[in-house]
Amino acid sequence: MATVAAVIASTHHPFYYRASTSTGEDRPPFADEWVAKITAFRETLTRANPDVLVLVGSDHFHQLWLDNMPQFLVGKAPFYDANWYNEEREFGLPRMFFKGQEDLSAHILRDGLDAGFDLAFSNELRIDHSVTCPMITLRPQADLPIVPVYTNIFAPPLPQPKRYVQLGQTIRELVESWPSDQRVAVIGTGHLSLELGGPRQFGPHGPDPEFDRKAVEWIANGDIEKALGEVSLDSLWLPGNATHGFLDFMLMMGVAGVGEKADYADTLDLFHTMEAYFTWYPNGSGERP
Amino acid sequence: MSKYLLNKFLYTVDRDPELVERYRSEPSETVRWWEAERANAILNVQDEECSTWLKFDDVEREALAAHDFPKLFELGAHPFLTLTLFIAMFERDHAEPLGFQLEYARRLSHFTMPYPDIST
Repeated sequence: MATVAAVIASTHHPFYYRASTSTGEDRPPFADEWVAKITAFRETLTRANPDVLVLVGSDHFHQLWLDNMPQFLVGKAPFYDANWYNEEREFGLPRMFFKGQEDLSAHILRDGLDAGFDLAFSNELRIDHSVTCPMITLRPQADLPIVPVYTNIFAPPLPQPKRYVQLGQTIRELVESWPSDQRVAVIGTGHLSLELGGPRQFGPHGPDPEFDRKAVEWIANGDIEKALGEVSLDSLWLPGNATHGFLDFMLMMGVAGVGEKADYADTLDLFHTMEAYFTWYPNGSGERP
Repeated sequence: MSKYLLNKFLYTVDRDPELVERYRSEPSETVRWWEAERANAILNVQDEECSTWLKFDDVEREALAAHDFPKLFELGAHPFLTLTLFIAMFERDHAEPLGFQLEYARRLSHFTMPYPDIST
């Protein structure tokens, strides 16, 4: 059976690509520290020697729209084009292209349906920065086949937080039951407190540093019970109107497992948001045996 | 009131570079044209099989025609869609980084929690 080589949870900041590649007067003062943090974070994936990446993210009203909105969707395609005109326009993101791991997609869909998740699927999916940002930060050579998994954190009504955790637990079981000798890294991105299009946006820090402090502690300690006890669909509006992206962190806590402390945890306090980076090595070591 | 239709306008304009420029320079004309020609188009569906019932009310139409993003926030338009499109149209008019985004926040500063419901 396949091995879960690493579980990685991260924020996805669309400005990283531009900040890290800009030079001279265009280079923001925080870029060097940010690049150093990302370089260290990248090493946590590299040392796990993955063969395949399962990438959990959320479409930002690109291909998925309100006339036909899935809650959880698995890409099943041989290839994926990536990034959209408005992401090039606003963030300077490049067009990207990935190979798909279609047999793992098929396995996740079949056995996921049988495990009680009525997963939607797509055979032609153009993916967006929730998936390409971690590829840029963690695997910029983009040389590994992927399975994209999209969650709805964006368009109410949303599933309850516990469903994100359960889906993460199920993804872990599904990867571990995939009849393959491949090493799979499961990578998911979300947000801590975040406000977009509201009065608290683009402040000097994230809109709710106290929420961020608690959230980082829950994730780093694998404290799913505490997170589920304090977070509800209603409460997530309070730290910032885009904070439902934290549900993807909760999903990744489900992948990592109850009470599993992260082997690597780091944060960076940026203007308007707290960046956060976590890696777990489920089998005790990131090294290929 | 149709939050869905407001969102559909913002979504379909934002993804089309020509429409972004047209909405920036001729907002009333663009809203009028879009409501007449595009409001009932179902994405992925032939024009002959479009919807027949979607239209703005006067408040919505005026908010869009006036580029009144605080009003769109009040009406429950999805804040991510509004922000993305308005950055595309107006960030260029501000010299300093994030100048438009900070003005945007300031113009919404009279809103307190809970914000208007964005459910559709």
